[in-house]
Amino acid sequence: MRTLTEGQVEIGSVLPELSIDLTPTLIVSTALATMDFTPVHHDVEGARAQGSKDIFLNILTTMGLVERYVTDWIGPEAVIKRINVKLGVPAYAGDRLTFTGTVVECDEGEYTVEVRGKVSLGDHATAAVAFRLPSPADGTAAP
Amino acid sequence: MSGRDSGVHEELMELAAKQAALGEVRGAVAADPVNEPMIRHWLDAMGDTNPAYLANGVAPPAMAQVWTMPGLGPRQQTPVDEIMSALNAAGFTGVVATNCEHTYHRPLRVGERVTAATRFTELKGPKTTALGEGYFATWTVTWYAGDDPVAEMLFRVLKFRPKERKKPYPLKPAINQDTAFFWEGVKQGELRIQRCGDCGELRHPPGPLCPSCRSANRDHIVAAGLGTVYSFVVHHHPPVPGKKTPFVVAVVELQEGVRIVGNIVDCPVEDVGIGMELRVTYSSMDDELTLPLWAPREP
Ligand SMILES: [Zn+2]
Repeated sequence: MRTLTEGQVEIGSVLPELSIDLTPTLIVSTALATMDFTPVHHDVEGARAQGSKDIFLNILTTMGLVERYVTDWIGPEAVIKRINVKLGVPAYAGDRLTFTGTVVECDEGEYTVEVRGKVSLGDHATAAVAFRLPSPADGTAAP
Repeated sequence: MSGRDSGVHEELMELAAKQAALGEVRGAVAADPVNEPMIRHWLDAMGDTNPAYLANGVAPPAMAQVWTMPGLGPRQQTPVDEIMSALNAAGFTGVVATNCEHTYHRPLRVGERVTAATRFTELKGPKTTALGEGYFATWTVTWYAGDDPVAEMLFRVLKFRPKERKKPYPLKPAINQDTAFFWEGVKQGELRIQRCGDCGELRHPPGPLCPSCRSANRDHIVAAGLGTVYSFVVHHHPPVPGKKTPFVVAVVELQEGVRIVGNIVDCPVEDVGIGMELRVTYSSMDDELTLPLWAPREP
C-alpha cells in the first residue's frame, strides 16, 4: 500500500466514494469488536421494542469506519490526529452506508477532510478528519 | 415553562454545576492491555486492511474508547450518571447522541494499559427539537497510559422528553367522495354544510344528489356553528369503545336550518334539554381525527 505525501493532496482533492452494505453480520461483528454489547446493536426484538426499526450501527463503529475511509485513501503511513463526527439518522441493518469526502483545509501540514456518510434516511454522519502526511523527503509523517 | 417545570430546571442546572465542579474523575484501569487479538478483531469487523497497525504494534486511533468499554460487566459510575438519572426522573427519558469528537495525541502501543477519566462539562436547555423538548449534556473523556494523556473524546447527547402520541380513537367516520369536504373542514375548524349548486338548498348529511331538484352540482357553506337541541338521548349501555358513559347524542338544529347529529359535552347529562342553545367545539381524538362536538352556549 502506498501512502500519499505532502504535495499529492490539496484543498479540493476528492476521495473515492466507499459504499458499505450494512448487513446484520457487519452491525453485530463491529458492535462486538468495539466491546459494545448494548442490545440495540445485536438484538432485533430489543431494538424494535425501543422504537427502532432494526438493529443499527453503534457510534464507535461509525468512528472506526470514518477512520478506515480516510486511511484507505491516504495510506498506512499517514497519522490521524482528530475525528469529529456529528451524528445524524441511524444506520440500520439492511441499509447501505456511502462515504464521500473532500479535502477542505491544509494548515501547516495538517490536512482536514470533510466526510459525509449517507444512508437511505439521510446523513448518518458528517465528519471532519484531520491528518498528517509523510513529507516526500523522509517518507514519515510528522507526529 | 410552568412554575413546577422551572423548579425542575433549576434543580437540573444546580446538579450540572455540582458535577462539573467535581472536575476530572478517573475510572479503573482497563481490564486488558492494548493487544493484537482485539486490534485484529476490530480491523476485521471494520474491513480495515491498513497493515501499519499490526506491523508497528499500535492500535487504530479510533479504538481509544474500546480498551475501557465495560463489556457485559457492571459499568463504572462517572460524574455523568447522576445527571442522566436526574434527567430520566424529570421525564427526559429519550437519549440520542449528537456529537463525538476524538483527538489523538499519540498512538497507543501494544502492552499499554489505559485509564479513562471523565469530566462533566455542560448541560444546556431546555431546547425544542424534532424529537421533543430536551437538554444537551456534554462531557469529555481523557485516556491515559500511566500519566500520559494519549487521546481525548468530547461526547454530547440530547436527553429528550419523547413526544406523547395519542392512542388511536377506535371509532372512525366513513370518509368518502361525498363527505371528504366536511371532514377537511372540521380539521380547519369549519363546520361545512353541503349546498345544492342549482337550487341552493342546504342538506346534511352530505350526499351525491339534491333531494329537491336532483342536481348533482354541489358546493358548501360554512355554518356559524350555533344551534339548539332538537332532540337527544342519553346513552348508558352498552359500553362504546372510546367513550365514557353516560353520554348525550343529540340532533342539533343549526341556525342555517339543517340538523346534524353530535355529542353534547362540557355539561352534566341531566342539564341537557330540548331547545338548549349550543355552539360547536372541535376536539382532537387522536393524531389524525378531529370531531365536531357541541357545548352549551354561554348566556
Ligand atoms: Zn337542488
